[in-house]
Amino acid sequence: PFKRYVEIGRVALVNYGKDYGRLVVIVDVIDQNRALVDAPDMVRTQMNFKRLSLTDITIDIKRVPKKKTLIAAMEAADVKNKWENSSWGRKLIVQKRRASLNDFDRFKIMLAKIKKAGVVRQELAKLKKQSAA
Amino acid sequence: MAPSQKTAKVCRNPDLICGVGKFSRSKMYHKRGLWAIKAKNGGVFPRHDKKPAEPAAAEKPPKFYPADDVKKPLPNKRKPKPTKLRASITPGTVLIILAGRFKGKRVVFLKQLTSGLLLVTGPFKINGVPLRRVNQSYVIASSTKVVISGLDVEKIDDRYFAKQAEKKKRKGEGEFFEADKQEKNVLPQEKKDDQRTVDAALIKSIEAVPDLKTYLAARFSLKAGMKPHELLF
Repeated sequence: PFKRYVEIGRVALVNYGKDYGRLVVIVDVIDQNRALVDAPDMVRTQMNFKRLSLTDITIDIKRVPKKKTLIAAMEAADVKNKWENSSWGRKLIVQKRRASLNDFDRFKIMLAKIKKAGVVRQELAKLKKQSAA
Repeated sequence: MAPSQKTAKVCRNPDLICGVGKFSRSKMYHKRGLWAIKAKNGGVFPRHDKKPAEPAAAEKPPKFYPADDVKKPLPNKRKPKPTKLRASITPGTVLIILAGRFKGKRVVFLKQLTSGLLLVTGPFKINGVPLRRVNQSYVIASSTKVVISGLDVEKIDDRYFAKQAEKKKRKGEGEFFEADKQEKNVLPQEKKDDQRTVDAALIKSIEAVPDLKTYLAARFSLKAGMKPHELLF
């Protein structure tokens, strides 16, 4: 029934608080509710599990590694690319891009959508004509 | 006074503790050079007597005393400050007008006039907004900028937009019964030419950016799902 487990080396997404949206690695478990968590660009801190959403990615580290070892392990496991190619990661990237759109960008997107719909409709009309004939 | 170098103020008698100076009265007498001032003045401190006051001009009693004591209003020395322009509004910014006849129109910002209002133009050929003044508060500044170099708007200022002084209507009974002569407010040719020159340079730089012309021609509106506080303009 459970596929993603809390373990040392599990990559998680912070879903609440100051570090919202950051990918972190669980480097130690403190007690039933809290984990020690680390990322290449942040100070190692404790976080409640309720603030974390587990991902499918794990890396190979020992308990509480040094920052250098952690970074090396993340490179070896290629966390960044795995995340950005996963469907979850891609959705987040799209969300961020949509939120940062300019008024002009939104206008251009509207034109592109209309164009695309027009092309699709043309093809559909062609297919309809073929099947009717 | 000739401008002199400002020397740092040095305290001759620093406080050891509040109320107690480092040097005694006699020491300070010497430090301040009061002995030299006395010597220069023949053994006594120089006296500065008051100048004899000039006799005041004889005041005539006032001709008129008002019946009631009227309170004079306090003098108002307030000088209104020039309106501060939002940092996001620079010459060439595309603005969205929020109120008035042209609400929703996307328009190019030219400069801020001395009255604080923003000088803005459609350009007229693109969306029908002429050279116009608009208040900063009724405008959203988008982050889209149009290249505005080589545009001369120096001669357009607040007086350009002042109402033309109307001819005085002669009082006469005949006028009342005649059908009102429709004095059409025709735009003087000069203003049309100004519009054309300003817009010519603008339209060239607008057409250099793909889709910008249609963007300026379209009106802005909020659609379903758009949250203004989350939108980036």
